Amino acid sequence: MTKVAEAVKVGIAGLDIAKHPQTIMTSGLGSCIGVILYEERLQIAGLVHVMLPDSSMARTESYKPGKFADTGISHLIKQLSKHGATKSHLKAKMAGGAQMFDVKNGSEMMRIGYRNAEAVKKQLIEHQIPLIAEDIGGSRGRTIEFLIDQSCLKIRTIHEGTSYI
Amino acid sequence: MIDYFDFKQIHLDVLKEVGNIGAGNATTSLSSILNRTVQMDVPIVNIVSFTEMMEEVGGDENVQAAVFVQFEGDITGSMFFIAPPEEADLFVQLMLSSDDQAISTGDPMAESAYMELGNILTGSYLRALSDFTNLDISQSVPNLAIDMVGAMLTQGLIEISTASDQAIMIETVLHDIEGIKKDIKGHFFLLPNPDAYAKIFTALGVPSHD
Repeated sequence: MTKVAEAVKVGIAGLDIAKHPQTIMTSGLGSCIGVILYEERLQIAGLVHVMLPDSSMARTESYKPGKFADTGISHLIKQLSKHGATKSHLKAKMAGGAQMFDVKNGSEMMRIGYRNAEAVKKQLIEHQIPLIAEDIGGSRGRTIEFLIDQSCLKIRTIHEGTSYI
Repeated sequence: MIDYFDFKQIHLDVLKEVGNIGAGNATTSLSSILNRTVQMDVPIVNIVSFTEMMEEVGGDENVQAAVFVQFEGDITGSMFFIAPPEEADLFVQLMLSSDDQAISTGDPMAESAYMELGNILTGSYLRALSDFTNLDISQSVPNLAIDMVGAMLTQGLIEISTASDQAIMIETVLHDIEGIKKDIKGHFFLLPNPDAYAKIFTALGVPSHD
């Protein structure tokens, strides 16, 4: 018998936490990045669906913390700590950062996928969280699901099948 | 409520009219390209969360064929023409009067025809918007992708997302093409950048505030 476990779904600019046997997922990543922070010993993982590199881009005072790489990652670390995780034990995996449309007059906003990836890496270094695996760039949409007990990130695409990192 | 503009019912009504005029002109273009009559629904204007917007087109993962253009000039923003791949194939086959061209199988000829269709339709939509508001609007070269709709639409939300967690979705649906039994539908999404709204309302003589 296969146990049917619940998948916690995270929307755009959202973040959430799951514990095994749950999984945690987000769908339709384009230039956005899905960042997973996990602690193997506790079988706990968090996911943030980052849209933009830095909260200094915000034109409003209030916003969903998950929208930006800096606020998203620090908020996710806090949430994981509340659930008993130890920051120094956290590891990271990430996927996304595609450029869906091949725009010739590539403005900065069109390269947002690349900039998101760079910003997430910078945050992980600042928080001293090792990045174990990544699947970044290209021009394909991705749906990701983190299998907590295997510390494995499943990545589904329309044209290039499913892979695991 | 959306952060970057204090929207009242009158503003939503004006945007609906914008959608009506734009898509009306695009429908006329499509009708003359295909040489058949085409119907258009009354536009839907909604202020929605990004997640709600994806649900409107069948969920983030739903596969669609999208032509994406950006526009600039007096106002800036993004526009999409979207159809499910098999319905996009029908558009192409009607355009080329041929049954064996399909974008869903990666045929470059079909892809280029669909992109050109999207280019013409978004172009006539934006031209009508420009004429109606007397604002200068020019559009970028079109781009095509066939992929998860969430991944594609996000490209049009980047600028908006710096100012809000919600978007104004101006959506119009084309359908009922004469002589075609199968229902084929194309969606237009107009996503002006946050600063565009005040300019559109001012141009049309609608006060931005009470």
